[in-house]
Amino acid sequence: MSRRATCVTRSPATAYLGTPKMALEDAAPLAEVHDLNVRFVTREATVHAVNGVSFSVQPGEVLCILGESGSGKTVTLRALMRLLPPRRTRIEGSVRVDGQDVLAMSSRDLRDLRGGLVAMIFQEPMTALDPVYTVGQQIGETVRRHTGCDRRTARARALELLELVRIPSAERRLDAYPHELSGGLRQRAMIAMALSCDPRLLLADEPTTALDATVQVQVLILLRRLQRELGMGMIFVTHDLGVASEIADTVAVMYAGRIVESGPVAQVLSAPAHPYTAGLLASTVHGQPRERDIDAIPGSPPDMRRLPRGCSFAPRCARRIAQCRLAVPEPRFPEPGRMAACLVVAGVRAS
Amino acid sequence: MPDSLALDPRDRGGLQQPMLIARDLRKHFPVKGSGNKSVQAVDGVSFTVDKGETLGIVGESGCGKSTLARLLLHLVMPDSGELIFDGDAVGVPDGIAVHELRRQVQMVFQDSYSSLNPRMPIRDSVAFGPFVQGKKKDEARHIARDMLRRVGLDPSLFGPRYPHELSGGQKQRVNIARALATAPRMVILDEPVSALDKSIEAQVLNLLRALKRQFNLTYIFISHDLNVVQYLSDRVLVMYLGRVVEIGPIEAIFERPLHPYTRALLASRPSMDPARRIEEPPISGDPPNPIDPPSGCRFHTRCPFAETVCETTDPALGTWQGLQSHVAACHMRDPLSGHSLSGHA
Repeated sequence: MSRRATCVTRSPATAYLGTPKMALEDAAPLAEVHDLNVRFVTREATVHAVNGVSFSVQPGEVLCILGESGSGKTVTLRALMRLLPPRRTRIEGSVRVDGQDVLAMSSRDLRDLRGGLVAMIFQEPMTALDPVYTVGQQIGETVRRHTGCDRRTARARALELLELVRIPSAERRLDAYPHELSGGLRQRAMIAMALSCDPRLLLADEPTTALDATVQVQVLILLRRLQRELGMGMIFVTHDLGVASEIADTVAVMYAGRIVESGPVAQVLSAPAHPYTAGLLASTVHGQPRERDIDAIPGSPPDMRRLPRGCSFAPRCARRIAQCRLAVPEPRFPEPGRMAACLVVAGVRAS
Repeated sequence: MPDSLALDPRDRGGLQQPMLIARDLRKHFPVKGSGNKSVQAVDGVSFTVDKGETLGIVGESGCGKSTLARLLLHLVMPDSGELIFDGDAVGVPDGIAVHELRRQVQMVFQDSYSSLNPRMPIRDSVAFGPFVQGKKKDEARHIARDMLRRVGLDPSLFGPRYPHELSGGQKQRVNIARALATAPRMVILDEPVSALDKSIEAQVLNLLRALKRQFNLTYIFISHDLNVVQYLSDRVLVMYLGRVVEIGPIEAIFERPLHPYTRALLASRPSMDPARRIEEPPISGDPPNPIDPPSGCRFHTRCPFAETVCETTDPALGTWQGLQSHVAACHMRDPLSGHSLSGHA
């Protein structure tokens, strides 16, 4: 089965032809985002959070969106479910999930979409779960909203789900309030709730970041198993290269609201094409020699209210050339299935 | 071993005297409305920090590592136990007074914003320490400018700014400058890079290393990130539910971990290689609640090797002295414990 995503920045539709086999192999993608732009408008300033992001996810594929804080990864994820404050947000581009145009949906259709076809898990289970209802009640409510079944059936389904996410003594935990559970169990309960209506696409926003190391790996392994067993597509947002290497099929690296590199996880992590990805990899501490400094990326990310012209990474980039400042680099395809938006990368151009 | 140790005029005990000795520190926080239950945050912790070394402290949330850091500066008063700084007992007659200790030992906290005064421009925040310790205003300002420069911030550009005008990495640099402004001999770093992005984390780690050399500092580096601890520390202390489970030199801990908990922690690190993913969780479950911790060895509820002796008897950490020793509090390490694997593991 083909598990490949194309991720391109600011690309014309023809960019997908950059990897010609794709069109033949892949049926309709589960999620398809094309030239997504998200701006937050306030009286003082406009924040350009997402700038021309395109990608697609096949059924059964795990796409990791990697990026640092403020890179637009969470905003991209939320745009897929339109979970952004409508009055202050300007969304342009197209977002299609299972063939449906999410940006054109009525609020009624959106309510059916959220928790039904698409479900989401968050970083902080304590704030995502309602503290005044038991875990069983919360999961049951979702089940009843989407299937219209009675309370007893919903409770039985909730129990089944808690067992699915391997919560020990699940029967007893149904009647527990979120504060009575440990961090790891709470996160499992939230996963159970997200899975309650058999979503085809699971969105995960740093679901293991707040967990302890020994618990994080348990939840990652659980998510991987569930995703495989249930055949879900998953978009997993993280800042942690290690987490991405544990769970992703493909990765898309974001910087300043743009996807700067994408491709299969093993290739991107072992031979990064974009200087930012390479810098991120070098500055992540994992067994470097102790007597030398870490190769840190100098400077800090740009102000999203005033993005520099051209490549946003150019001011920090050791390999920049004069043309980098002129225009946002077009995507290039160093090999099939891989993309890097950088002028110094050798590869086929989009057009 | 620390690479070079120039003789410091402030040195009192000599090079062999550890910078800090903590003996049997204990802090239990009573839980309101629960009768006489308490959170056993730190429960009988002993260790030494030698001059010029970096001692890493690792453990999961709730293991007491931050409470331990605060006990060392008497920011939280220990219930019992003893602290000896460069040969002088802390807070006792004939010893070193707490305010004098705080002049020589400074701290950098995880939350870079809440540890700066939001109403004070950062040059004043940095100058505040030297000023209250008796320096003249001009002198203190001069020190502040110098420190800001040394942490990589241009004093004329950043000095007049307020904390909210700085990024997370810049604020953490200010905190480091503030800590160093009083010319301490030891700095306690409590998760100083945990809130930072990876590209900024690397910059701050490099800065901490450079400053340690420049100012001949001794560090206690607290973190939940084993990779960062491995990079920066000379020795590591592993905590679990308020107790020390293992302590030893960095190579020994990472290459030959003795305690099952240390092994689980190490095995839980993501591989960074998609071809070698972790297939089975090294241990199951969450760390237990520090109120009412398990009896005997506190790790026995999650330990794959637990036997009856682990539930009933507290394992001792063993004796240790100097830099080379590597000990763990585990019955499997004690031939007389009665554990069926004792002597094998």
